[in-house]
Amino acid sequence: MKTTEIVIFALLFLLVSGLGFVAARWRRPGDLATLNEWGLGGRGFGGWITWFLVGGDLYTAYTFVAVPALIFGAGAMGFYAVPYTVVVYPMVMLVLVRLWSVSHVHNLVTPADFVRLRFGSPTLALLVAITGIVATMPYIALQLIGIEAVLKTMGVTGDLPLIIAFAILAAYTYQSGLRAPALIAFVKDSLIYLVILVAIVYIPAKLGGWASIFDAAKAKFDATPAPGDGITLNANNQLQYVTLALGSALALFLYPHSVTGILATRDRNVIKRNMSALPAYSLLLGLIALLGYMAIAAGVTPIGKDGNTITPQLFDKLFPDWFAGVAFAAIGIGALVPAAIMSIAAANLFARNIYREYLNRDATPAQEARVSKIASLVVKVGAVLVILGIDPQFSIDLQLIGSVIILQTLPSVGLGLYTRWFHRGGLIAGLAAGMTAGMLLLYNIANPATKHEHFGGSAFPLEKLGFDTKITVYAGLLALIVNLVVAVLGTLVARALRSADGPDGTRPEDYFADKGDPRVHELETTAPAS
Amino acid sequence: MTTPDRSDGRSDDRSPLNWLLPLPIAIPLLPPLFNAVEPRLFGIPLFYWLQLAFIVLGVTTTTLVYRATRRRNR
Repeated sequence: MKTTEIVIFALLFLLVSGLGFVAARWRRPGDLATLNEWGLGGRGFGGWITWFLVGGDLYTAYTFVAVPALIFGAGAMGFYAVPYTVVVYPMVMLVLVRLWSVSHVHNLVTPADFVRLRFGSPTLALLVAITGIVATMPYIALQLIGIEAVLKTMGVTGDLPLIIAFAILAAYTYQSGLRAPALIAFVKDSLIYLVILVAIVYIPAKLGGWASIFDAAKAKFDATPAPGDGITLNANNQLQYVTLALGSALALFLYPHSVTGILATRDRNVIKRNMSALPAYSLLLGLIALLGYMAIAAGVTPIGKDGNTITPQLFDKLFPDWFAGVAFAAIGIGALVPAAIMSIAAANLFARNIYREYLNRDATPAQEARVSKIASLVVKVGAVLVILGIDPQFSIDLQLIGSVIILQTLPSVGLGLYTRWFHRGGLIAGLAAGMTAGMLLLYNIANPATKHEHFGGSAFPLEKLGFDTKITVYAGLLALIVNLVVAVLGTLVARALRSADGPDGTRPEDYFADKGDPRVHELETTAPAS
Repeated sequence: MTTPDRSDGRSDDRSPLNWLLPLPIAIPLLPPLFNAVEPRLFGIPLFYWLQLAFIVLGVTTTTLVYRATRRRNR
């Protein structure tokens, strides 16, 4: 046990927990019992709050421990997180403002709400909602792995601390909704920025400079027999690097929790401006990634076989105890923000697209909010049970699958924002085909390093498709191509058969509405129109 | 519901500068540009410092587009 570290960690953790409960009073609305208030924080967040909230939402604690672990193990390949988070913002900038506008005009809360309205198909909306929930659940569970890695390094063992941490999280999310992670994100991100700025100055100075850090990494990879590692890419994994970055970028804002953060903003300008402010986190992530090489140079080893303990172990070895405590708190608290937003997003999907659509059509906004609050508790209990009851590797596999299947909602959600050309039947067929293809591809990826015969990663070897090459490619992108081809063919077939299409509930000008337009204001205060 | 009468509503996002957006999407996805160790910067291989520098490219582009398409006078 490391007393100083544990005391600092516990104090900071309790401080933010208090903030989480106080958040219910922050920017207090007349009535918290609606999804617009509980689930979207009143839909009025400005530039700074959005920057902290969405930054804390997208760049999770798991990312902060897993990316350096990947760099530590495989080298350059792990750096894909940087191009991924660079290309995503110019890519989605003009798309997200359209989503914001149509969502505000029609009082939409989830991506599935949009699909329901746009394609007039409850079935397609249900599939999108279930995909969102399935993709988000393991992601929440992974946040626990971030906390676990820190607790392990401090010598805290057993399941109880994890359960307590998540119970506190569940309690204040239930009470305060999206306001809780929004307020906590300020503390979390300030701590992370502080820790990383200190780390990238202090640690290289202790290890003899950047050149010797990279030399140590190169020496390590040169000595291993594995062909795919190294401090630069080789001929066989460049395509995987690019397709993984591109595929991940396409998927990022299809995740329900990303959409939640975007819909909570005040107006279109806030979103556009954040597209040039959020990359500050990408710089942070890039620097954090390099911690993996620092760990190699410092001779740090993971606890047991848990590669995710690399970053905490590095901090523990090189920082004074009190500052290591601050760093651990940053990671631990860093898990709470995304876990809260993800559980809210998954709960909103359940309340809007399953409960209200199929179980209680006349639900009042208050009933809807209550169902969502309870669902957020269920989601978190589920995440804890999965981590404690089943091998954590299961969550990692599930999250890998989740990122592939969420990408399959791109035609209906992403392309749907621009075109109504697709037929609902074609989109359903495409979604099903993309999911099946994705699962088949992932099932056939082996990873000898971790002794996985199936689901051993996302790099699909093209030789399995009959090509004479060692090149690998991101499975999610291949599945998306299958999805798109089937969606196009399905649409053509449905048109040829004159199959009935659903009505489009949106008008072209809905996609450009901004705060101050009469219809945005007017409809925001009326009952949900879907 | 009132029918909104905003003749400029459709042009909110339009700007010639939007054509800059593909640049920071394409350039970071071209490994031949950055997949090398030399030249180093402060001992950091090209692969790492250049990809971090692409962040500046992205920020510059989205800032230009934001300034060209933001709404004023509300």
